[in-house]
Amino acid sequence: MQANTRAIYMLPYYVWIVLFVVAPVVLVGYYSFFDVDGQFTLQNYRTFFTPVYLQMTLSSFWYAFLVMLFSLLIAYPAAYWLTRTKHRQLWILLIILPTWINLLLKTYAFIGIFGTYGPINAFLETIGVGQQQLLFNSFSFVFVSVYIFVPFMILPIYNALEEMNPSLISAARDLGASGWTTFQRVIFPLTISGVKSGCMAVFIPSLSLFMITRLIAGNKVITLGTAIEQHFLVTQDWGMGSTVAVVLIIAMALLMLLSGGFGQEVRHGK
Amino acid sequence: MKAISRTFIVIIAVALLLMFVANRLNVSQGYAGSNTLTIYNWGDYIDPELLTKFQKETGITVIYQTFDSNEAMLTKIEQGGTTFDVAIPSDYAISKMREENLLIPLDHSKLPNLKNIDPSFLNLSFDPDNKYSAPYFWGTLGIVYNPKLTNLKFHSWDDLWNPSLRNNVLLTDGAREVLGMSLSSLGYSLNDTNDQHLQAALAKLKKLTPNVKAIVGDEIKMLLANNEAAAGLVFSGDASEIMDQNPDLDYVVPDQGSNLWFDNMVIPKTAANIDGAHKFINFMMNPEVAAQNAEYVGYATPNDAALKLLPEDISSDERFYPSKQVLKRLEVFDNLGKKMLVHYNELFLQFKMNK
Repeated sequence: MQANTRAIYMLPYYVWIVLFVVAPVVLVGYYSFFDVDGQFTLQNYRTFFTPVYLQMTLSSFWYAFLVMLFSLLIAYPAAYWLTRTKHRQLWILLIILPTWINLLLKTYAFIGIFGTYGPINAFLETIGVGQQQLLFNSFSFVFVSVYIFVPFMILPIYNALEEMNPSLISAARDLGASGWTTFQRVIFPLTISGVKSGCMAVFIPSLSLFMITRLIAGNKVITLGTAIEQHFLVTQDWGMGSTVAVVLIIAMALLMLLSGGFGQEVRHGK
Repeated sequence: MKAISRTFIVIIAVALLLMFVANRLNVSQGYAGSNTLTIYNWGDYIDPELLTKFQKETGITVIYQTFDSNEAMLTKIEQGGTTFDVAIPSDYAISKMREENLLIPLDHSKLPNLKNIDPSFLNLSFDPDNKYSAPYFWGTLGIVYNPKLTNLKFHSWDDLWNPSLRNNVLLTDGAREVLGMSLSSLGYSLNDTNDQHLQAALAKLKKLTPNVKAIVGDEIKMLLANNEAAAGLVFSGDASEIMDQNPDLDYVVPDQGSNLWFDNMVIPKTAANIDGAHKFINFMMNPEVAAQNAEYVGYATPNDAALKLLPEDISSDERFYPSKQVLKRLEVFDNLGKKMLVHYNELFLQFKMNK
């Protein structure tokens, strides 16, 4: 009876997994073997391994890497500072607050902010730097993406820093380690799990960003996400769209495996 | 355990009861009956006063829903489960719907106002003999430019390639439009499927890259109106909206030729009120109604009788009602089939990736 009851509690979760995780992945894999006329084909995969798509894959990974790197560079010090500040809850709320606003709205706002006659350019003009083109280039793309993803990087790192026993730092200091050595040998290794999950939370979604590539980068940055959107919505070539999606899924799974993101490393922090 | 199953049963029972009540309500309010008409149109593409007028005249309650792309509309109608009585897709989408048997033929005897339509807008390639569709609005593809930011006059597509426009041109994010522009500038048809011609068009487009500031969607209207670029490739309908916001700008259809597009009224297979749908289509082709609608929306009306009722400054505006000579050089986008569409998009992607 006990075991049965427990199985029933798990039921909604299993149904959810099957309907919304397993079934879509299987369907995407299935569709990737059909062309526009509904004929079975391997051509989609052959098309993927042509220079156009390989270059796109490369640039997707490159930009996702940049977004992750800059998010980390901003998030780590921010999280560290958060653990030592007074009104912690308030600051965390302020960091989370922007994620309550719709992504598209935030992106649209940047069109105005970065525009030729927007406030940033007005400021640059006043201080004598002169008008710059801020929109529609790689800079604006990385900037807006980092802005959107930074909270997802700060929170896991903050949690990892919180879990760390502060007496370890005092111990390191007592044993004569400099500030940098303490960070490098004690603090960073102990928070690596937070850094890893933060990086995953940023890198994987930024691989398949699409609206920002058009709105902020004016299609000057093309990612795999752009290609998927185009194949599903414009050409209705679901096969090719699915193929790109399958490649992305495999790439993400590999990344998770390589970084040990499947849970083995979580123990590390404790 | 017992408590849980009881909760489950109660929830399911309540859900079923609500479903029944909702169904009864729909029937009693006429949402499922014959006294309503569901119209599926582009956003902000009708004078809302006309809907009220139609309701008063016929006693039919109008339910108005909007879409923002032909593809979204197609998908929704294909999937079924909707009761759209009238939809207003563009030319190539109509041809697609015709092929996929998604349309109900029009009964011309119920559409006496069809006689008001200019014959040059009837019997076109996407719908021979107007078996399935009646014209609603039409327009062109051209260049919106900002005389404050450039001295060029844009008589030809090639002006967009002018080195003075470096990083100052916006393009609409559409494979047919952008490749079509390049094809047209080379003297080829917008519906060219010859691969050599398409490659030549792509090669020419790649030379445009230094001038392209961005390839964007609907934002192009806002960006051009805000003086973000000197020129942009847009449809005439968008152009009239942009010029409403920023009167400095001007619109031109290049001499070499361009695209001529139509949005026509059709009755999808999903229709529940076919008679009402005919009444609505006929109503919209009434000269006074069409004129009022054209003034409100700002697009070009195909209705000859309505055109005569429009103020002189609108009907003689050659930017939006081009002369017969210009009209001759314009082409409707044919439905080239899915394979060709994929190929066009593949080439367009290569252009976008070009650095």
